[in-house]
Amino acid sequence: MIDEIVYAIKKAETKLSEDTVKALKAAYERESNPLARTQLEAILKNVEIAEKYSLPMCQDTGLQTFFMDVGYDFPFIRELKVAIEEAVRRATKEIPLRPNAVHPFLHKNSGDNTGRFVPYIHWELHEGDDAVIHVIPKGGGSENMSGLYMLPPGVGIKGIKKKVIEHIFNSGGKPCPPTIIGVGIGGGADLALTLAKKAAILRPIGARHEEEFVAQLEEELYEMANKLGIGPMGLGGDTTVLDVHVEYAHRHPATLPLGIVTQCWANRKRKVRISADGKVEVV
Amino acid sequence: MEYHEKTPIQDARKYKVGDVIYITGEVILARDEAHKKLLEEGSPLDLKGSVIYHCGPVVAKKNGEWKVVAAGPTTSIRMEIFEDEFIAKFHPAIIVGKGGMGPRTLKTLKEHGAVYTAYTGGCGALAAERIKGVKEVQFLEELGIPEAVWVFRVEEFGPLVVTMDSHGKSLYDDVNKNARKNLEDILKKIER
Repeated sequence: MIDEIVYAIKKAETKLSEDTVKALKAAYERESNPLARTQLEAILKNVEIAEKYSLPMCQDTGLQTFFMDVGYDFPFIRELKVAIEEAVRRATKEIPLRPNAVHPFLHKNSGDNTGRFVPYIHWELHEGDDAVIHVIPKGGGSENMSGLYMLPPGVGIKGIKKKVIEHIFNSGGKPCPPTIIGVGIGGGADLALTLAKKAAILRPIGARHEEEFVAQLEEELYEMANKLGIGPMGLGGDTTVLDVHVEYAHRHPATLPLGIVTQCWANRKRKVRISADGKVEVV
Repeated sequence: MEYHEKTPIQDARKYKVGDVIYITGEVILARDEAHKKLLEEGSPLDLKGSVIYHCGPVVAKKNGEWKVVAAGPTTSIRMEIFEDEFIAKFHPAIIVGKGGMGPRTLKTLKEHGAVYTAYTGGCGALAAERIKGVKEVQFLEELGIPEAVWVFRVEEFGPLVVTMDSHGKSLYDDVNKNARKNLEDILKKIER
């Protein structure tokens, strides 16, 4: 299992996910601003070179993050955490990855991307006997441009739309646009951000929410964000976001949490699927 | 305009915001600690007409030779506290980084005829491909790999987009002004 997780980290870091490549190419075709086109072209070339030479596509290889979707009857549940930690140590040496785990008070870098609560492993359970590990190393520059707003519920859907667009405006070129924006509404402070992160990264670009109302909201936010004119790397242009994904939970009557998670163009993700008979595949 | 230039750069005043430059020759790396060090102790290298790159590279030594693995740009605004003095003292022609710089640098670019250019964020693999070798490295012992002053030999290093020129123009100001106007229109539309 460790070998396959190392392989998944390597693939995530060196070969950009297909949906993202497709979206970047489409954006390049559409883009009317010549400077913006130079940026998209450089990104696409960079992606090609990274894949060809098996190099990390960005020197910030991210905080190693794993979203788990584990069946109640999955037989190897005890082994997962240890396997992930070991895979991270090995991947750091073998790929190599930049050591990105720093003690917040002592400033010491652990050197192998592990430490207190990292790699970050988020657990969810489902009916069944298989397990899926979402391997999603996440860059620091885009994570810095994520945010939580505890809105007064009275502002309603208009208030949410305004805040999302203001947030993208204030982020400017800092998160290395074109970005993918995840929006989580409701639940509580933590749940809103978790929903936003899942929406941004786990959902393929271009896939819409199954509920018509939410899908429309995504479409509207996507259109508005790209009218801002911030453009790739903040140098101006039609392509500020590749997509906006929204997810929601029921909320407390007194709260309207809005979580926004920004993902950079280096949208690194792979899935490791493990079945009950021990078969492991990376997709 | 698109320029394909050899270092050292003779005249950076000709570059205007929106121009794209590709560099062949030498690129000199300097980020936070290197700026500080060179300002305090002077430079062992002649930096007149040079290309200064805000970058902390990933390099590895193979068979006694340095190999550049990834060398994308770092966020330039951190160097704002040094750059005006740095330009006035050493007269580089082109500063390369990510995200742009502030009013102090813009003013100094005008006074000394230099430009700031943006290299595409995250493109560490593309940069490494255009870096053909390491000519020398200064302060490696004291500053460590990411902060040392590396001199890279490059071919067609770019695209470097001129975003702040020596005529007082900053693309970031223009984009921001335009985006703010668009934001106001969008917010009004939401309210309706």
